[in-house]
Amino acid sequence: MTVETFSARDSDPKRPSPWGWIAGLGLALLLWGIAYSQLVPISERLVSLLPVDRSSHFGQALAFFFYDTPKVILLLTLIVFAMGIVRSYFSPEKTRAALAGKGEGPANVMAAGLGVLTPFCSCSAVPLFIGFVSAGIPLGVTFSFLIAAPMVNEVALGLLFGLVGWQVALTYLGFGLGVAIVAGWVIGRLRLEGWLQDWVKDIQTVGSVAIPDEQLTFVDRIKLGIDAVRDIVGRVWMWIIAGIAVGGLIHGYVPADLMVRVMGADAWWSVPAAVVMGIPMYTNAAGVIPIVEALLEKGAALGTTLAFMMSVIALSLPEMIILRKVLTMRLIAVFIGVVGTGILAVGFLFNMLFG
Amino acid sequence: MKDVKVLGPGCKRCEATEAMVKDAAAKLGIDVKVEKVTDYAAIARFGVASTPGIVVDGKVVHAGGLPKEDALERWLQA
Repeated sequence: MTVETFSARDSDPKRPSPWGWIAGLGLALLLWGIAYSQLVPISERLVSLLPVDRSSHFGQALAFFFYDTPKVILLLTLIVFAMGIVRSYFSPEKTRAALAGKGEGPANVMAAGLGVLTPFCSCSAVPLFIGFVSAGIPLGVTFSFLIAAPMVNEVALGLLFGLVGWQVALTYLGFGLGVAIVAGWVIGRLRLEGWLQDWVKDIQTVGSVAIPDEQLTFVDRIKLGIDAVRDIVGRVWMWIIAGIAVGGLIHGYVPADLMVRVMGADAWWSVPAAVVMGIPMYTNAAGVIPIVEALLEKGAALGTTLAFMMSVIALSLPEMIILRKVLTMRLIAVFIGVVGTGILAVGFLFNMLFG
Repeated sequence: MKDVKVLGPGCKRCEATEAMVKDAAAKLGIDVKVEKVTDYAAIARFGVASTPGIVVDGKVVHAGGLPKEDALERWLQA
């Protein structure tokens, strides 16, 4: 019986050969490279076609916009595609199995790392949270995962790398993971399991259910990468354009000395102000990074800018409204306090080190 | 009669998954009863941590993201 099904699957005439897909992928990458290398000439040409003085404020803002929009979208497409393939090897269920039964410290580190790699959408936040906690994963470890997942994502890292530089991207990766690990560990130490909503505590654990592995071919993984591009780029492109428009305005109009005074390293109060301002702002990494790039260029301190970015992404109101279903207000307040403190520390540390 | 449950709080993908199950069943001529499970506690009791999930005759066959069409047909025929 089993032999029969296996042989039937192997000789399946409907199964397409992967070579067409691989050739298509190669061609797409080649086109991508050509487009990327032509960004400057094309954007300058576009500005010169318009009846605007290139050296005026408006001309500078336009040049920034025409150069950054295609650049960000090209970078994002490539990164999201690659991450879509990497993530097809991970799933929340596998991550949960890997984390169950690990001791608190190391599990926090693992949870933060897996938070970056595991496919996860915010509409799955509640099932994931309950699934983790009911499988016996400590609350603090679950938080390490939930903090790292949105904050240190491929979109943020890839765009920082492309627009601001690899040093800043790596530092962001390190400190983002650091905040997730330490904040989760602190929340674990506080022993707040009693502050979950009652119905969450009452869920009978079934342990981990092994979901039969759906065998994916390489072509399936390429398709998953394309799906990820369609889904993520399709969802965030408006945010990107809005972010770049704001970045362009900052670039063209805001005088550098104003930015140094307001967001420079000497203005110590700017770090907490940036964190507080970031909470009600809802955008994702794709929208906020073009703004970050423009702010940095105008002399804003790196720590202040990173604190702003982390706050916008990690402490978002919509996510808290979703988590309100499983967490009590007290627990949400602790979550904001601990993560906010971590972000503040990152901001001050950076301003001290690089200020 | 197959008993199929689609687990998910009601996001777009969950609805798409439900439609896929119905389409596949109609295409194969299989009699199915499709039920949507939107209650978080009920979803958690199936041991699923990512949605949408699919349960066929009480067994979890899929979790997270849209199912593949050929896999879906295999589960319904099994």
